[in-house]
Amino acid sequence: MFAATAEKNIFLGVKIMPATAAQAAVHHAPPQGFIRKYIFSVDHKVIGIQYLTMSLVAVFVGMALSWAMRIHLAWPDAHIPLLGWLSPSGAPGGLMTPEYYLSLMTMHGTIMAFFVLTAAPLAGFGNFILPIQVGAADMAFPRLNMSSFWVTLVGFILACATFFIPDGPPLSGWTAYAPLSAVGSVAGPGQGWGQNLWGLSIVCFCIASLLGALNFIVTTLDLRTKGMTLPRLPLSTWGWFIDAWVSLLAFAVLLPTCLLLVLDRLAGTSFFIPSGLVINDQLQPHSGGSPLLFQHLFWFFGHPEVYIIILPAFGIVSHIMPTFIRKPLVGGWKVITFAEVAVGTLSFVVWGHHMFVSGMSPFMAMVFSVPTLFITIPSVIAVLVWVFSLYHANIRFDTPLLFSLGFVSLFISGGIGGFFLAQPSTDSYLHATSFVVGHFHFTMGLSAIFATLAGFYYWFPKMFGRMMNEKLGKVHFWLSFVLVYCVFMTMHLTGFAGAVRRYSALVDDFMVPLIPANKFMTIAALLLGATQFIFLFNAIWSRFKGPKAPNNPWDATTLEWDTTSPPPFDNFGGRQITVYHGPMEYDGEASVMQTSPAESVAGT
Amino acid sequence: MAGKIFAVVVALITIVTAYCVIAHVWWMPVDISVHGPKIDHQIEETVLVAGLLFIAGQVVLAAFVFLYGGARNRIKQIPGGAKPLIVFAFLLVGTEIVALSFIGSKAWGAVYFEAPDPASMRVDVQAGQFAYYFRYPGPDGKFGSLHPDLINEGNQNYFGLDTDHDADAKDDIVTAELAIPVNKPILLTLHSKDVGHSFYARELRIQQDFVPGLNIPVHFTATQTGRFEIVCTQLCGLGHYNMKAYLSVLSPSDFDDWLRKQASMQ
Repeated sequence: MFAATAEKNIFLGVKIMPATAAQAAVHHAPPQGFIRKYIFSVDHKVIGIQYLTMSLVAVFVGMALSWAMRIHLAWPDAHIPLLGWLSPSGAPGGLMTPEYYLSLMTMHGTIMAFFVLTAAPLAGFGNFILPIQVGAADMAFPRLNMSSFWVTLVGFILACATFFIPDGPPLSGWTAYAPLSAVGSVAGPGQGWGQNLWGLSIVCFCIASLLGALNFIVTTLDLRTKGMTLPRLPLSTWGWFIDAWVSLLAFAVLLPTCLLLVLDRLAGTSFFIPSGLVINDQLQPHSGGSPLLFQHLFWFFGHPEVYIIILPAFGIVSHIMPTFIRKPLVGGWKVITFAEVAVGTLSFVVWGHHMFVSGMSPFMAMVFSVPTLFITIPSVIAVLVWVFSLYHANIRFDTPLLFSLGFVSLFISGGIGGFFLAQPSTDSYLHATSFVVGHFHFTMGLSAIFATLAGFYYWFPKMFGRMMNEKLGKVHFWLSFVLVYCVFMTMHLTGFAGAVRRYSALVDDFMVPLIPANKFMTIAALLLGATQFIFLFNAIWSRFKGPKAPNNPWDATTLEWDTTSPPPFDNFGGRQITVYHGPMEYDGEASVMQTSPAESVAGT
Repeated sequence: MAGKIFAVVVALITIVTAYCVIAHVWWMPVDISVHGPKIDHQIEETVLVAGLLFIAGQVVLAAFVFLYGGARNRIKQIPGGAKPLIVFAFLLVGTEIVALSFIGSKAWGAVYFEAPDPASMRVDVQAGQFAYYFRYPGPDGKFGSLHPDLINEGNQNYFGLDTDHDADAKDDIVTAELAIPVNKPILLTLHSKDVGHSFYARELRIQQDFVPGLNIPVHFTATQTGRFEIVCTQLCGLGHYNMKAYLSVLSPSDFDDWLRKQASMQ
């Protein structure tokens, strides 16, 4: 499909310059037939939409799981009929058992963290938008790209399949700490084939992410069109590019970790299982492994993972804001990009802050605490850039901007919780309380979701050639914004009272007084979920019935707005694209397209 | 209009949150340990520092959206560009790192860097799905060694003690409740028999995981008598939510009576 010359250049590493020749050689012929066009497509735009569709399904599945958990916490006697149908043993008559609660919780975390938060902002939007933004006809390796998606989908199907096997999904949480996750079904329901499928699902996801990351890096470096120098890259592409590096290094560790876990389970090895364990009165045959090793390996991936989730959000918001505030960001492309590089780099030396109370040497706690606090410096710089860019702006309150502003507010709130969890002394009280749950839902959960929604409303016209309904978009934003705070700020507060996370029932002396607060959170969470159906309706209805979108509905300046909506299969209809400007040429009503030879208006 | 609504909503969220924290609507229980006040102090310090940042961040965001959301403004960048912001971030966060991390490390050090008092009373704590058991060395002051292959819930040999051959094990006292004398240094050794667990006693301001294969020491001194909850905070399986024990802090004479009674029940 693509010429050998381009490949050679990439592997020799000689073409790290804008490469029009390579770009011309790489684009493929128009796809023929339904299957080639829409199913096994090598077109990055179709693959991007496939990723987004999978994530959309996944996010509603994950949300339904959280509904069931929240209902069970607030009303432990509630019968949920659908659940009884899904698992007659896990929820007999719809009444959830404690182990099924943990299964739902494990799958909520797994589906949301991997198949929604990692997949949608990077693989979804990155696939659709990045090649267009750099002026390429496709990704560097289109067939590799297609396999990334299909391997991810196999991973997602394996994860969902755990619901339909006799034991049900695993109950060891999305972190799958050994030895609970390593010893097999003796440790509880779902720890047999449920945990095996879980491990294989994550192995698939890791392979796909590594291939995807490689593709993003090569595409950004090698397929930029004429004049698209690094400083002229849109900030969203910077976000995906930096993110791909973090992703490449982090998933390269999770992949072997999951394989070792699967070996411990199926091949009788003992990487993570020490000797002398007696589970259910049975002495385990393993010896010599280390549970802490698993935690180190997992969090060596796990902490960069939260930045893998949030860096595309940084990029998307930094890309969207200038369009709607009609001015460049303070400090241009440099400050925000260097902040992202700093965050991405530091993210690899902070993982131990998840392990302050794990039995790791208490001296190591200090080693991990300081860089964790240091990582707030680039994060604060990014927030200051977003906030102070609003100074003397012409703000247009379209839905993409509202979600971007919501992102900034949520990211500030989430970051504040970080101060408590970065210090071992304060973490030792708050660790494993609902404070932590509230914190990570703000920072990596809802912040990333808000940025993803901003991106969805922003790029929808480009992806489908139709506009979304603004009124419904605004209703969706206002309700979501307030309800998110109702749910997750309350979790922070109850954490101070010592509310323990991952409890399927509130029976402790400490938990009983928190039942009213939990009912409040449940009602808010149900409403928050219901609000998302406004979004779903808007997306589906607008896809078919929305008003036709012009090429550039937002008066934006980057390359994706310099082609038709949706773009043709080769993105620019055979046009040779030349770039003359940076991506943030805004001055109030005036703006200059990157491809326009006209004079600059913003001087960046 | 949207800008003004956004500003008001953000301001309201900030005020309600700040009220809940300042008024201690939900808050930590009273501390009963010697090291606890240092941790509480550190939490209060962090509430102050991080709380001010939270309020400042949300208020500035709300104010700018409020101010520049309406009329067509003349586009201008902030005076000085990004440099003051970067300097501000480094100074502000730098100061906080010094304030919180280096000064605050004392609170952590008080719990973990100081060696336990040699006169500490030693208790062996074992966690298993889904209960804690506590072991006192008995009159000889020595713990019997552990044999995982002898663990048998049916015989109530929770620790795997070899009472037939091991003289040290014979007088070990195994209980389901952790009773300790008030104002006496205590040294716990945590070990797990199966999977990961945790020891979370909110009033003691202690949370420490049990890691299978490791013996983890924890030391503290309780300053008030009473009965307090110890709960598991490391996901350990289906009974996780219900895994708990009680900590009884007793006067020295009550403790001696309690221990005698437990010994007679072995």
